[in-house]
Amino acid sequence: MDLNSFIEKFAEAIELEDSSVLSGDTVFRTLPEWDSLSYLSVIAMMDEEYDIQIENAEFKQLLTIEDLVNYISNR
Amino acid sequence: MAFSSYTGVGVTALAGAVPHTVIDNYRYTDHFPADQVKEVVDKVGIYERRFADKDTCSSDLCFAAAQRLIDDNDIDRSEIDLLIFISQTPDYRMPATSVLLQHRLGLPNSTVAFDINLGCSAFIYGLNVVYALMSVGNYRKALLLDGETRSKVYSPKDRRSAFLFGDGGVAALIERDEKFGRSYFSLNSDGSRGDLIKINAGGYRMPSSAETVKEKVVDEYGNIRSEEQGYMMGGDVFNFVIREIPKDIKKTLEYSGKTVADFNYFIFHQANNFINSYLAKKLKLDTARIPSTIEKYGNTSSVSVPLTIADQLKGKLEGENTLLLSAFGVGMTWATAVVPFVNLNISDIVEV
Repeated sequence: MDLNSFIEKFAEAIELEDSSVLSGDTVFRTLPEWDSLSYLSVIAMMDEEYDIQIENAEFKQLLTIEDLVNYISNR
Repeated sequence: MAFSSYTGVGVTALAGAVPHTVIDNYRYTDHFPADQVKEVVDKVGIYERRFADKDTCSSDLCFAAAQRLIDDNDIDRSEIDLLIFISQTPDYRMPATSVLLQHRLGLPNSTVAFDINLGCSAFIYGLNVVYALMSVGNYRKALLLDGETRSKVYSPKDRRSAFLFGDGGVAALIERDEKFGRSYFSLNSDGSRGDLIKINAGGYRMPSSAETVKEKVVDEYGNIRSEEQGYMMGGDVFNFVIREIPKDIKKTLEYSGKTVADFNYFIFHQANNFINSYLAKKLKLDTARIPSTIEKYGNTSSVSVPLTIADQLKGKLEGENTLLLSAFGVGMTWATAVVPFVNLNISDIVEV
């Protein structure tokens, strides 16, 4: 899966205007835009775009954008 | 798979009641800064809610709705053989509120009365129970009352639940009549997720004590509640919805032999706008056929499905209409129903 296209979708989900601040290494929970509502938006996006339903316990293990991409690719 | 199906029984009349006090959610800012409140309110799409005063219980809202229903439809009280009250905010731990309502409503002692203690999916559970009992053939009329005062359950200092819940009550009259075609129900439960939405104290596992009424900071965000107040893990609930609800709706459509094109309206539990927009998109539904009251009443738990019908479909259910009902919540429990309505009499919403 293409990292850049995932970053676009991720930025849109959490309503981040400038996606260029994101990279594979970004620890997304430390972004100022991140809150419990972003979490809902991201899991909805992963379901809609990639047909992936992720349990909360699994999601908590994922720290960086790259972790998310790898999780999706390995499913 | 817990499917069931009935014919020749249906809801003939419906009335709703809400408290008169309107909460403006943008101004519900005693405990949180206005900009944070606005962000949450815009995301969940809940702008107003109704809050019952301290002397008003779920049963009072249902009583008002039932009186209106009986008056508007000229119902002979002596013909009501079954009364079921659905709530998780009853008057007392005992006796069952349904029994007190039997007396208040002037129903005969021969009335069968009991409570159903379930959350947001409960109206569909209740309909299923009533349809099954009515199908046996002896009961003449059934009254299904469903009321909640969720405003009294959650802490206003816990931002994860402070802006979502409201109060309301409904009364539905259910009768046997050949005019009703086939209805279909799917009911489900998953107790492994019992801790997603919960009030820990006040039962017999954790009896009320001086300790359980103390307010405490419960997480790293500084949210405050006591063990006597409810909590909800919103993210996990949403995850659950993504996983189970579209699947259950599809299975029920298959069971009933219908497609989404066969429905006049889709009535979803009014949890928040975010979830319902997601479901509409996921199931590719025409949003013009999804009535909503989330913006004016908030999440009223099990009341939200019938209250949305009473509030939004008055004058729109002439002739035969087929509705899809879908709801999920605490337990977790979830339910889907395909229900025909024929000339449903809907009363004006009563303000209590």
